[in-house]
Amino acid sequence: MDYRLELRNVSKSFGEVQALENINFQLGQNEIVGLLGDNGAGKSTLIKIITGFYQPTSGEILFNGQKIDHLTVPRARQLGVETVYQERALAELQTLWRNIFLGRELTNKWGLLDVPKMRDETYRLMNQSMGFTSSAIDPESYVRTFSGGEKQGVAIVRALYFDAEIIILDEPTMGLSLKETARLITFVRDIKRAGKSAVFIDHNVVHVYNVADRIVVIDRGRIAGEFITRDITLDVLMEKMIRVAETGNLD
Amino acid sequence: MTHTDESTHGASRANRKAFSLKRFARTYGPQLGILGVFFGLWIIFIIAAPTTFLKPQIYNAFMSTVPFFAIMAIPLTMVVIAGEMDLSFPSIMAMGMVAFLLTYGATPGIANISVRVMLSFLAALVTGTLIGWINGLIIVRFGIPSLVATIGTQFFWRGAVLVLSQGKSGTLSYVKESFLHPALVGKIGGTFPTQMIWLIVIAIVGWVLLNRHKFGAHIYLIGDNANSAELMGINTKRVRVQAFMLIGLFSAFAGVIASFHVVYFWPSLGEGHLLSTLASVFLGGTSVFGGTGTILGTFIGAFIIGAIEAATVAVGLTGFWTELIYGLIIVLSVIMHAYLRKRAE
Ligand SMILES: Nc1ncnc2c1ncn2[C@@H]1O[C@H](COP(=O)(O)OP(=O)(O)OP(=O)(O)O)[C@@H](O)[C@H]1O
Ligand SMILES: [Mg+2]
Repeated sequence: MDYRLELRNVSKSFGEVQALENINFQLGQNEIVGLLGDNGAGKSTLIKIITGFYQPTSGEILFNGQKIDHLTVPRARQLGVETVYQERALAELQTLWRNIFLGRELTNKWGLLDVPKMRDETYRLMNQSMGFTSSAIDPESYVRTFSGGEKQGVAIVRALYFDAEIIILDEPTMGLSLKETARLITFVRDIKRAGKSAVFIDHNVVHVYNVADRIVVIDRGRIAGEFITRDITLDVLMEKMIRVAETGNLD
Repeated sequence: MTHTDESTHGASRANRKAFSLKRFARTYGPQLGILGVFFGLWIIFIIAAPTTFLKPQIYNAFMSTVPFFAIMAIPLTMVVIAGEMDLSFPSIMAMGMVAFLLTYGATPGIANISVRVMLSFLAALVTGTLIGWINGLIIVRFGIPSLVATIGTQFFWRGAVLVLSQGKSGTLSYVKESFLHPALVGKIGGTFPTQMIWLIVIAIVGWVLLNRHKFGAHIYLIGDNANSAELMGINTKRVRVQAFMLIGLFSAFAGVIASFHVVYFWPSLGEGHLLSTLASVFLGGTSVFGGTGTILGTFIGAFIIGAIEAATVAVGLTGFWTELIYGLIIVLSVIMHAYLRKRAE
């Protein structure tokens, strides 16, 4: 069976900075892969190549075994990639429903917006998935007025709405309370249960360990190693992460 | 138990109502604000110059001259919401007319004046759109701030107008024989100016485009947070180029109607409209920082600007004052908006 997603020998440099070097990365069907690595290791750069935001300097990207030559964000979304970016990617001066459908507005064939439908869907999502309790929040409220956790909730629910095959979460727990984090972990487990795949990035090793089937460690733009989660204990993983940070080597 | 339930229910419903009222104020506040300014000024003008502002003629005069710049202020609103700026539109007005004249001059073989004028009119619109496209390309391809790029193209196209027309003005009396003249700048029932109808149509289409079309949704998103828009797959370059094409198109259109109105071509066409167009947009509440702004605000802003011009003359100030006042309005409305934005954060 083909991998849902595969990167072959992918490198990316920004001028002088070599952010990624010869990355070989696979995401299986119905697999949750956790990405761990220090600040500036290249995790966000890696996922932005998958989402089509960055073009790799060299290397290949394959979806379901098929090579995709010029991956763009709309193309990746078509291929079923939805993303919660580290920077959230919200438009704070706009209303909630415009943020939920950012870049994917529901329109007729003339490009005219189906505003009532987008409002209704937003309302439904807020009640069902987001669990927003604050009565101040409705589809017409401005995202600028939301709390940090609520903003993150918008970014997360948006990624889950479009029935993605691959869900990428770049530090989704940033700014979330304990309760909200617990709910997020449940979300990720639901992704697994629904037969979909996900890439999960978090600085909290415990979170990654709790949800990932496999953990890939990135260090200074290279893959330093990977583990099947059930073959390793949390203590050993923590030890190895500290060793990587200090020596650049897992063992 | 039931009693408590009911009272919480009632409280939350009342809560929701109070909130929605607040939200209404937040959503429509700027537009209500500009309406308030409009009526306030109107009353002041009537008191200051009753002989002018109580006669219907003055209102016909507004509807006749305000459309020349208001038609450009509508697409300029979109450009500014997208976080960009265009200062070249006055030159595009004139370049459109140069294309008109060149096309008219090159088609003496067409006997039907209406067809010939129509063809020249289309040439003007195409030229305006093309210049907008070039503006857009310079800005998105080379990443040059639009303010700087369009200062450059403003001079370039004004120069082109002077070179191509050899600096000569001239009469357009032949256009009166074409159906296009009454269709663009006629008087319905002998009084109501046709260009006002065009302005209303363009304002409505502009509103739909900005508020109920994907294009407008993307304009707001780009001006709000271009990085977010790009991360979520919006082609920010293409949308921005399209916005510049729109203002190019409507500047050429405005150039034609302003020239038809006086049945004369001046190579300086448009120079008087830079400030009034900009002032309409900023007075109308569109943010210089991008991301917010409305068509209704700009529409009302344009009429306030028109009234101020009439009022300065009516109260006995010379025309020199209008420029000073427009400049003041731009600065004050931009400051006010920056202040409101800070407070909202
Ligand atoms: N657009 C860019 N231009 C130049 N350099 C960049 C750009 N994006 C990332 N980099 C560099 O690439 C390297 C990897 O950055 P990246 O954001 O992928 O790290 P990260 O692993 O996500 O870190 P963090 O955990 O802090 O989010 C860093 O050295 C960063 O400075
Ligand atoms: Mg990162």
